[in-house]
Amino acid sequence: MPNSDPHLVQQADAVRLFREPEGGAGVAIRATLKRDLVLLMRRRSEVLNPLVFFALVITLFPIGISPDPELLATIAPGLLWVAALLAALLSLDSLFRSDYEDGSLEQLLLSPQPLPALVLAKVAVHWLLTGLPLALMAPILGIMLALPAGSYAVLALSLALGSASLSLIGAIGAALTVGLSRGGVLLSLLVLPLYIPVLIFGAGAVQAAIFGEGVAAHLAILGALLAVALILAPWAIAASLRISING
Amino acid sequence: MSLRLQARKLACERDDRWLFQDLDLDIHAGEIVRVEGPNGSGKTTLLKILSGQLADFDGELYWNEQPMRRTRQDFLANLLYLGHAPGVKATLTPLENLAWYQALAGEPDDEPARFAALAAVGLVGFEDLPAGQLSAGQQRRVALARLELIPRALWVLDEPFTAIDRDGVADLEARLAAHARRGGCVLVTTHHELADTPALRRIRLGQEARDAEL
Repeated sequence: MPNSDPHLVQQADAVRLFREPEGGAGVAIRATLKRDLVLLMRRRSEVLNPLVFFALVITLFPIGISPDPELLATIAPGLLWVAALLAALLSLDSLFRSDYEDGSLEQLLLSPQPLPALVLAKVAVHWLLTGLPLALMAPILGIMLALPAGSYAVLALSLALGSASLSLIGAIGAALTVGLSRGGVLLSLLVLPLYIPVLIFGAGAVQAAIFGEGVAAHLAILGALLAVALILAPWAIAASLRISING
Repeated sequence: MSLRLQARKLACERDDRWLFQDLDLDIHAGEIVRVEGPNGSGKTTLLKILSGQLADFDGELYWNEQPMRRTRQDFLANLLYLGHAPGVKATLTPLENLAWYQALAGEPDDEPARFAALAAVGLVGFEDLPAGQLSAGQQRRVALARLELIPRALWVLDEPFTAIDRDGVADLEARLAAHARRGGCVLVTTHHELADTPALRRIRLGQEARDAEL
């Protein structure tokens, strides 16, 4: 009768309780992706807000400036990019806010999984439901601005690449300001200067496509910016979250 | 297989006021340690420091005789922290909430275990409702289901009895006692009077503040 001695049972229980740190990071990352996707799908307004903002701004410009197609075509690349950038910025504040308020964020920080990987999953969901839809919507809005044919694919591609960098960089700011009750303005001030290189090369790519120049260089630089952001941002976001929670 | 959380010369200052100074702690397996003190005496801050969330303090923490800095990963793998905020997403159902916590803890995905954990905290029939539609006490119970679901040696619980009804309080108290008997360890703040057992130990905070006033 191996289990009859209560002492032995207790010992076995204690051994079962005590754990070595182990893997499972993949499971945790997948679960975080799924959770955030489900959360955002259930709060559609949060997903739609940036898209509606983007559409409204682009609709108002021809009315406010002039319906002249030639004038619109010259400003279209910059306009589309600036509007998409601001729309993405608008959605950043909520990235960690609700998790901070309901206590999930401290649980995320206390999990034995690598925090940079977990926040990367959160940022990926943000891009999937903000940056990617913006990129897909931009060509349609481009028609309203009389964007010359042939630049639509480049517009969507540059926005898809660029918005991923924007999400990653923006998440650092969002993580730094999550502890502040009114962090929105500070977030914009922190993040906008870092957005400028992405804006220059993103709008530049579309511009180059219109003039029939090579777009590869611009897109390559956007890709390089994204690669750097992918490598560095998750660690910066994780560190920023730790600072915010500490305050 | 040891379980030992130690703090040496712990001191924490907030807004030019020492919450506690020269606090030495030695917490072993099989103990229920209750942190007591009036509001604002630093109970939550102490729990956050001991669970490795705050770095803004003086003193040293040791986990199993090793400095916490070096054993943080090992410490986190054995910690279950329940804060003031329950950490329950209002738009997710209790099952979905627990599924995330299970994955986050590195546990295998196990739906029957989640149902069992919710049943253990008296939430049968509420598994598939959005947690936002549950009462405050029920949401707290969803958070408490993690105690059942995720086997961890060290429980750090900040006011776990908040919003829980009388039966729930008795249940939870029994669960804490059972955990200590099994060789686990509980660190808890509460205004609820815990039954005196040999496993129970008290730490009082806020004494200095009051002495200074006298």
